[in-house]
Amino acid sequence: MKTCLVVDDSKVIRKVARHILETLDFDVREAGDGQEALEACSQDSPDVILLDWNMPVMSGMDFLRALRQTEGGGAPKVVFCTTENGLGHIRAAIDAGADEYVMKPFDRETLESKLQIVGMA
Amino acid sequence: MNAGMTASLSPAATQVLTSLLESRTGQQIEPTRVWRIGTALKPLLRELGLDGFDQLVAALVGPNAASLADRVVDALLNQETSFFRDALVIESVATAIEQLDTAEPLRRVRVWSAGCSTGQEIYSLAMTLLDRGNFRSASLPDMLASDVSAATVARARSGQFSQFEVQRGLPVRTLMRWFEPAGETWRIRQEITRAVKFRQHDLVDGPMPPGLFDIVMCRNVLLYFPQAVREKVLDRLARAIRPDGLLVLGAGETVLGLSDAFAPCQRFRGLYRRQADARFTFAA
Ligand SMILES: C[S@@+](CC[C@H](N)C(=O)[O-])C[C@H]1O[C@@H](n2cnc3c(N)ncnc32)[C@H](O)[C@@H]1O
Ligand SMILES: [Mg+2]
Repeated sequence: MKTCLVVDDSKVIRKVARHILETLDFDVREAGDGQEALEACSQDSPDVILLDWNMPVMSGMDFLRALRQTEGGGAPKVVFCTTENGLGHIRAAIDAGADEYVMKPFDRETLESKLQIVGMA
Repeated sequence: MNAGMTASLSPAATQVLTSLLESRTGQQIEPTRVWRIGTALKPLLRELGLDGFDQLVAALVGPNAASLADRVVDALLNQETSFFRDALVIESVATAIEQLDTAEPLRRVRVWSAGCSTGQEIYSLAMTLLDRGNFRSASLPDMLASDVSAATVARARSGQFSQFEVQRGLPVRTLMRWFEPAGETWRIRQEITRAVKFRQHDLVDGPMPPGLFDIVMCRNVLLYFPQAVREKVLDRLARAIRPDGLLVLGAGETVLGLSDAFAPCQRFRGLYRRQADARFTFAA
């Protein structure tokens, strides 16, 4: 079973994402900010990370930069998932090492398609 | 509450609506799928403030009947599509085009996306050709894309897609390269839209475009036709494709048992080659 870490400060979004991911046969864990996500990754590196941008404590971008510098941190596929829908944000995320980008609001098909593109669904 | 929401579909209304669809598009709605008509048309009823399907049918003979009929047909068509639907097929078509272009450098390769819906298929092909580096926008093949629905063709031509549409099948890096934000939507770059000619065209009864094509993509269109119409359309396509040219069908579609003019292509899986010695069963 593939594993996915959902990183978002909104409990509702985490729940929606979890539900979709479980129907796609993922084993799902959750983190409420970048710091929690780093800890979760150091315990057990997930196959995919679904990553929000704006979060308290540590933002998605700060998490991504930190992750990519840790040992083994290049392995997880990172799919940004955010309401920041401008080209500038997308470019910054890809430059920082994100593999894919989902603009909120998203639905099951969007998520499934993006996971297919990164080779995970 | 609008009474239209609970309106039921009388046999007479069903008859009018199914014949309208069939005369416009060649599609037949099987008796077991008639219930879909109601689901598909309810938003239109609501928008027009009509109280039921019988009123809709009555309006189809009133003033503005022609544009209303267009809208009814559009609502009944399945226009599902996405960027890079069956990505491997798009790659095969791109390879075939590159090989033809190398073999006959003085002639521009001609490609037709028949039943193009909102254009994702032909645009995916164009982006693939450009990204593979053997074509520039000014040297792209001669590309035609057509659909029976005029409104759909207009959308395809606009090159404008919703946020949902650009997130189905399209890698974000491809989005960054070939699209520009346009308010809430995304617009594919003009150098690509300009390279495609869009036309309203009925594959069943419309006059076929002049000249011969090297490759016709007719994907996920035949499956909505009854067998006799599939045979007729394949026959028409065979006449529109040059000998040894290629036909590209949808993943679940085949020519087997429907046409002798095509045979499975040896080189590209899932593509069909127009036989040089094809004989036709239907009059041109
Ligand atoms: C399911 S979509 C497929 C779109 C695209 N080829 C793909 O595979 O993603 C089928 C399209 O065929 C069009 N269509 C249906 N009947 C047609 C006809 N008689 N002539 C031309 N196009 C037709 C529909 O309007 C619709 O856009
Ligand atoms: Mg947030």
